[in-house]
Amino acid sequence: MKDFPYTESKDTRSGFGVALHELGKTNPNVVALTADLTGSLKMDAFKKDFPERFFQVGIAEANMMGIAAGLTIGGKIPFTGTFANFSTGRVYDQIRQSIAYSGKNVKICASHAGVTLGEDGATHQILEDLGMMKMLPHMTVINPCDFNQTKAATLAIADYEGPVYLRFGRPVVPNFTPADQKFEIGKAVLLNEGADVSIFATGHLVWKAILAGHLLAAKGINAEIINIHTIKPLDAQAILASVRKTGCVVSAEEHQMNGGLGDSIAQLLAREEPLPLEMVAVNDSFGESGTPDQLMEKYGLMENDIVAAVEKVLTRKAK
Amino acid sequence: MSQENTLTSPVAAQQKSVAELKQIASQVRRDIVRMVHAVNSGHPGGSLGCTDLLVSLYFRIMKHDPSFNMNGEGEDLFFLSNGHISPVFYSVLARSGYFPVSELATFRKLNSRLQGHPATHEHLPGIRIASGSLGQGMSVAIGAAQAKKLNGDASLVYVLMGDGELEEGQVWEAAMYAPHQKVDNLIAIVDRNGQQIDGSTDEIMNLGSLRAKFEAFGWRVLETNGNDFDQLVPTLEEAGKLSGQGQPTMILMDTQMGFGVDYMMGSHKWHGVAPNDEQLEKALQQLLVEQASDY
Repeated sequence: MKDFPYTESKDTRSGFGVALHELGKTNPNVVALTADLTGSLKMDAFKKDFPERFFQVGIAEANMMGIAAGLTIGGKIPFTGTFANFSTGRVYDQIRQSIAYSGKNVKICASHAGVTLGEDGATHQILEDLGMMKMLPHMTVINPCDFNQTKAATLAIADYEGPVYLRFGRPVVPNFTPADQKFEIGKAVLLNEGADVSIFATGHLVWKAILAGHLLAAKGINAEIINIHTIKPLDAQAILASVRKTGCVVSAEEHQMNGGLGDSIAQLLAREEPLPLEMVAVNDSFGESGTPDQLMEKYGLMENDIVAAVEKVLTRKAK
Repeated sequence: MSQENTLTSPVAAQQKSVAELKQIASQVRRDIVRMVHAVNSGHPGGSLGCTDLLVSLYFRIMKHDPSFNMNGEGEDLFFLSNGHISPVFYSVLARSGYFPVSELATFRKLNSRLQGHPATHEHLPGIRIASGSLGQGMSVAIGAAQAKKLNGDASLVYVLMGDGELEEGQVWEAAMYAPHQKVDNLIAIVDRNGQQIDGSTDEIMNLGSLRAKFEAFGWRVLETNGNDFDQLVPTLEEAGKLSGQGQPTMILMDTQMGFGVDYMMGSHKWHGVAPNDEQLEKALQQLLVEQASDY
């Protein structure tokens, strides 16, 4: 099992904030909007240096999505910033009609996704956003795993023409991916080669998958670990190549089982390569208040949960 | 089909006289009733009521280029928020040169660019945003107006909403935002026909004083008769002159649903119902044009 050294832990939202500020300097068409969450989204630096391109909309997310759609009509590249809950479910119809169906070049940037939002509880811990967004035709859905990757993804989506949902979070997590990485939308990242099982993880669960990989190695299980930072379009080629080698699959995500990454992989496997799959995800439940670590543990999203899923799927694997 | 675009002069600014606008409006109304009749669906009532507005905008008031580019730099832009009155939008766009008038015959049919509600994904020239799910157009228009300001583009953005549509909460989010941000290159228009699907607005959800409401939000409010060019055109010209003074402008425009076809006028019953063969003939007899050029 490969090692993934890191020197610091950082929040993914700060990767977004740093990249947005950089885009302010390099791309005059980039504009940013927020619905009263400038600080939470780490948009302060952009606001300070590019005030004329920063739009404070107030607590009015529906209006924000419409304004973002309208700004594209003048050639702007709007980045909206609010919590993932208010970026998706609250404004689903606005995104569907004014952005996705209308083919507008809006970047919906969503922080505080999942149970790692913590103490605020289930009202704010959205676990359905990836599903809602991936169902929309032409929507690209990205869920990077650490600070560096969120920064790289934010830069990359500015150069991509079309609507994008970019999901990140609040807690600090090991920042282990390369600072100089080139982010390729729709391209899975192979982290560790292995022959016994394929683990496909996204977002905060990528680091958990690495921890699980070490635990599995100690048990003599050689896991292939792949970071699926783009939920849609799914890198079917990379996924199929891996599962044809290993013969069984575990998915891992901070999201509902219904509609998430595991659901996308299940569809792919059913169509192309029926193989046993276990899903590490929240199973048809809302979250609750607690610390991020307590919640990750209670809702079965830790490295030992991935290990258990691997052990289970290995028993189902064809001998 | 032989007389396509006879009313068209595809240049940036059209300055039709009121007499000419009346002729064009009658032709557009003929298009509307024929379009909805052909597919036995669509929304003639609001379309007929707003015909004079769209004809005034596209044939007199707005600087616009029918060769169409999405960003519309240097052009006045129009957004239709109440997308169900697509027949009037499509007819006016075709008659002002955005696409062939003959294409109106494809309205609401399979594989058409003229979807039941306006859509961009088939790239119909003149359409800049999908609409139909209500309450979203003013937000979009605000965004387009703010992009114009960033681009140093002094042209204007117009948006039309229905009065029933004002029951959507997003409208009031946008209504609060535009004055706060001094979006003074925005002219919003409410089609105050007093009707919605289930009945009159008074009965379904009383709108109260829209003037008082929008003034309280910080808008400059004008009122006009949307079915009388002699009142409508000067109001639109006045609204244009008021732009750039720090406030968005709201025009409360009284119309009659179904205007021009006597049996459709003033009733919500023709909101989303098409005329039958006999009713179509009766409507066309009332919508006279000196030189009709039906598609």
